[in-house]
Amino acid sequence: MSYQKFFNPEEAYSRSEIEALQLERLQATVKHCMDSPFYRERFRQAGLSPSDIRTLDDLKKIPFTTKQDLRDTYPFGMATVPLDKCVRLHSSSGTTGNPTVILHTQQDLDEWANAVARCLWMVGCRPEDVFQNTSGYGMFTGGLGFQYGAEKVGMLTVPAAAGNTLRQLKFFTDFGTTVVHAIPSYAARLYEVMVEKGIDPRKDTKLRTLVIGAEPHSEDTRKRIEEMLGVKAYNSFGMSEMCGPGVAFECPEQNGMHIWEDYYIVEIVDPDTLEPVPDGTVGELVLTTLKREAMPLLRYRTRDLTRILPGECPCGRHHIRLDRMKGRSDDMIILKGVNIFPIQIETILMQFQELASDYLITLETVDGNDTMTVDVEMKDLYIDDYGKLQALSREITRQLRDEILITPKVRLVPKNTLPKSEGKAVRVVDTRKKY
Amino acid sequence: MTVHQLSVFIENKSGALVSVLRLLKQENIQLIASTIADTADYGIFRIICSRPEKAYEVLRGAGVAVSLCEVFAIELDDRPGKAADAIELFAGEGISIAYLYSFLLNGKGVLIFRTDNPEKAAEVIASNGLSVIEEKDLSRLL
Repeated sequence: MSYQKFFNPEEAYSRSEIEALQLERLQATVKHCMDSPFYRERFRQAGLSPSDIRTLDDLKKIPFTTKQDLRDTYPFGMATVPLDKCVRLHSSSGTTGNPTVILHTQQDLDEWANAVARCLWMVGCRPEDVFQNTSGYGMFTGGLGFQYGAEKVGMLTVPAAAGNTLRQLKFFTDFGTTVVHAIPSYAARLYEVMVEKGIDPRKDTKLRTLVIGAEPHSEDTRKRIEEMLGVKAYNSFGMSEMCGPGVAFECPEQNGMHIWEDYYIVEIVDPDTLEPVPDGTVGELVLTTLKREAMPLLRYRTRDLTRILPGECPCGRHHIRLDRMKGRSDDMIILKGVNIFPIQIETILMQFQELASDYLITLETVDGNDTMTVDVEMKDLYIDDYGKLQALSREITRQLRDEILITPKVRLVPKNTLPKSEGKAVRVVDTRKKY
Repeated sequence: MTVHQLSVFIENKSGALVSVLRLLKQENIQLIASTIADTADYGIFRIICSRPEKAYEVLRGAGVAVSLCEVFAIELDDRPGKAADAIELFAGEGISIAYLYSFLLNGKGVLIFRTDNPEKAAEVIASNGLSVIEEKDLSRLL
């Protein structure tokens, strides 16, 4: 069957068309923001009024929005519509304080699905494909985000969700899965189990395309995955504050991720001075939403470090390309696509009287799976009972799981046994294999 | 009616056990009995030794996670069925044994154990006339 090249006409817009649309949507967004007490106050403090935004360059007059702002206004303080217009929320885990909440109207969800569908279409997904999603569903946006996008493309979707590798493989062969969304470490795990079970992905499955994201990974990782599974693997970028997946995505050129500029205005700033950096220079990604109804965000500091790739893309899209994320401007850990701050773990541990204050978070790749181990020092052994010690580590594990949504392995260790560096405790050791 | 036992929390990693034993050696403390179970990450090294208070002080001073606790030590004739008879007395009173280990000393069997109900266990020992080993007996025997 023959299909159109672009999912949306906006994909083919020229720079001037993109910028004209951006200005129109920015002005509408700024006006709409005045329905939120938060932005009304922000503008008042900055001596700004929506009518001051006459050109795209005027965006720079608007103060940045930060994750802390989202926490401070938790849960609904940044909504620009009444809650009865909202149909869903997604929440990311908080650090010590509040988590962040993103509200969606039906229109927001439709636009989000459209953006994800556009990404999938761009890499060749079509209605005759079978799409299997190995993301966790629920609050993690990689589940529902890809689900609705894949349905919008018209693919047959298999919402397999996370885990149960043997079942995933059975679905591949039984349902003829052609497209899979998986975090890179899990893609490698799928391959290992295929080898164990004597499944040749090239002969025994119809796998063709892999969508990988949520975990920082190198070009080498991508190539390894492509060689292992006999697929094309495309990098995906998203974050819950910007809906989730569908923000930026690689095209078939596999050279940078197009970020949809009809949905977002992109700035890259020096994280210290907050001044813009030239194209090609690494800085912090700052995004302004242009089509968000329930909760628009102006100049949101994502904390992700990246750069704009200069030059035109041969694919014919003029939406700018972002390089792979270079890391975070803070200490966040990303494990299996979940954002975790060491302070969250510390907060839980410190509630246990039996534990001393030193702990060590180790991230490592075990059997192709990324895992977290938390070593905690015991204060003193006044428990002469294995059962009680095991109950203690189980309780710590349970509370950590509730907080970070990942089940770490908890090890109780004697005091003064964890490594110290220059008198300061080492908190995180990351030896994860970069494929 | 009880003896002191050291309970040392040690990591399941090479060198952990020897570093504890070396500290005791330096103080010329003699092990009478000891036990450790194999678990994945850590172990509780339980020790009956000469001069347990001194041993406790030494280990604590060296930053070892250790506690000094009291366990029962009863002496039995070294004959088949003696342990069964003794433990049956406790079981009959609904007393659970948390852990138990044994050794031979001067031709007598010695059972070291901890129960969930020390008061009641002491009553059982007294009313059945079981022969208990006291701390001073241990040091005299060495």
